[in-house]
Order: sequence, then structure tokens, then C-alpha cells
Amino acid sequence: MEIEVTGAKILFELPFGITITETQVNMWIVMAVIAGLCIWLTHDLKVKPTSKRQIVAEFLVKTAQNFVEGNMGKRFAFFTPYIAALFSLALGCCFVSLLGMYPPTSDLNTTLGWAAITFVLITFYKFKTNGLGGYLKGLTEPIFIMAPMNVIGEFSTPISMAFRMFGNVVSGSIISALVYAALASANSALFGWLPGFLGEWANNYPILQLGLPAVLSLYFDIFSSVLQSFIFCMLTMLYIKSAAEVE
Amino acid sequence: MERALVLMGCAIGAGLSMIAGIGPGIGEGYAVGKACEAIARQPEQKSSVTTTMLMGCAVAETTGLYGFIMGLLLILLAPGMFLKKL
Repeated sequence: MEIEVTGAKILFELPFGITITETQVNMWIVMAVIAGLCIWLTHDLKVKPTSKRQIVAEFLVKTAQNFVEGNMGKRFAFFTPYIAALFSLALGCCFVSLLGMYPPTSDLNTTLGWAAITFVLITFYKFKTNGLGGYLKGLTEPIFIMAPMNVIGEFSTPISMAFRMFGNVVSGSIISALVYAALASANSALFGWLPGFLGEWANNYPILQLGLPAVLSLYFDIFSSVLQSFIFCMLTMLYIKSAAEVE
Repeated sequence: MERALVLMGCAIGAGLSMIAGIGPGIGEGYAVGKACEAIARQPEQKSSVTTTMLMGCAVAETTGLYGFIMGLLLILLAPGMFLKKL
């Protein structure tokens, strides 16, 4: 049994050495599905909802608004579209693996890109609340010797966010692949020696692979990815909020 | 011989890097235990306690994931990198 652990495969190449990988293509698919879903949910809205579709749409928007306002306060209510988009994109990118496609979140470039947006927002709000001088002064707290540590701390925020999501998704897929391979070899070791067509049948249809991978997929693909998307959005909100607080 | 040494070093290093899993395991277990106590004391706060606990668990998991990524690099990237130099 071969165990294959690969990164994103390169699908085709554009001029100037730009490569289009599975990550981008799968992400475009997810983006198209989310955009289509939004258009379908919000076309011909009425003041008094008559269709179930509009009630679902209103429920989703209300949930997102309450979520953001509860965590960031009324002042940052305009972040609702960004957080909702981030959450739905992260969730869609993780759920793609349920269809057997390559999940874009198991590419470090994707999560690092999202974390970079968060980093830019954090730094922007730090500048906005304290000014440039206040920002630079904040780096030398509590004493100026600690300045290198504080600079590293600034950069470690987005890196740890990116690696958290990437590590969770990749570890899930690697553990699933290992368990799958282990079950196949256990199957052939247990039943492969059976005489005649029985052994051949057991080798061709590994019945031990029936139960456990489904349970693992339930945990890694659904529970873990919902949790990690939620945490990514939560941390984004908390960091931005704490960056905008006046000391 | 050198090839075997390089591969052995990478494999042992990858195994050792997963020692990082101990810390998050203990920490998360502690957090979940405390959350159970909190829910037993105030069952009406169950949802907010659970949310906070999952949040804290995910943050505590980070160091373990760093160890995992080190192991991944040692197994997938390091052998090729070092074997090319030999």
C-alpha cells in the first residue's frame, strides 16, 4: 500500500512563470459557490418575508451581526461583512475535502494570506489609535531592551494564526491517510492468507476500511474545520478590538 | 552509509519533535476539567463556557502544532535537502 502525501498539484502554467495550482482552482470553485448561494438567497427580497429563503437569509445575517457586535462592540459593526466572508470562505475551503478534493486550507499560502490581512488590520488600528510615535513607544514597553522581543511578538501573531489552521487541516489529512493505509495492510494480513477466492476477495475489498475512516472524517473534516474557522475569525476580531483600545 | 545516517537522523528527529504533543495534552485536559467544574457549578452558562473552552484549547494546541510541523518538515523536506549535498 502506497501512502501518498503531496502538496497542491500544479494544474497549468501561465506565462511569466505564474503557476496555477489546485489551491487556487478549488478556492475559485468555493468562491463561486458562496457567491451563487448569496445571490440565490438575496434575490427579490420583500419588506415582509414571504418565502423561507428570505427568512434563512435574514437569520444568517442577524447571526453574523450579533456575533460580531457581541465580540467587538457596536463601534466595529462594519466588520460584519469581512468576518462573515472570512468564516464562510474558510469553512467552504475545509469542507471541500469532504468531496475528495484538495482543501485549499492545507496550503500554507492560503492561511498565511488571510493572516496577513489580519496583521495589516491590526497594525492599521494600532497606528490609528496611538499614532506612529505611540506605536513605536509601545514596542519599547516595559523597558527598551525588550524591543526585539516585542517586534518578534508582533510578527508571531499572524504566523501562529496561519500555522494553527494549516497544521490542523494537514494533520487531519495525514492521519486519515495513515489510518487508511494501516487498515488496508491489516486487512490483507488478517484475511489475505485465506485460500482460493476468499483471500482474493478480501484483498480486493478491504472490509476493515469501512467504519473508522468515516468517524475520523467526521472529526477532522467537520468538527475540526468548523472549530478552526470559528477560531480564526474569533482571533481576528479579538486582535483588532484589542489593537483599537486606547491604553 | 551516509544516506542511512541522514535518514535515521531525520526519522529520530521527527519522532522527538512530537514530544511537543505532551504539553498541549496536559494543558487542554486541565482546561476541559475546569470547564466541567464550571458547568457543574453554573449549568445555565454551559454554552458560553463551552465556547471559551474550545477557544482556549485551540490556542493551547498551537505549540503542539509547531512540533507537528517540525516533524513534517523533517520527514518530507529534510532528507531530500541533506541527501542532495552528499
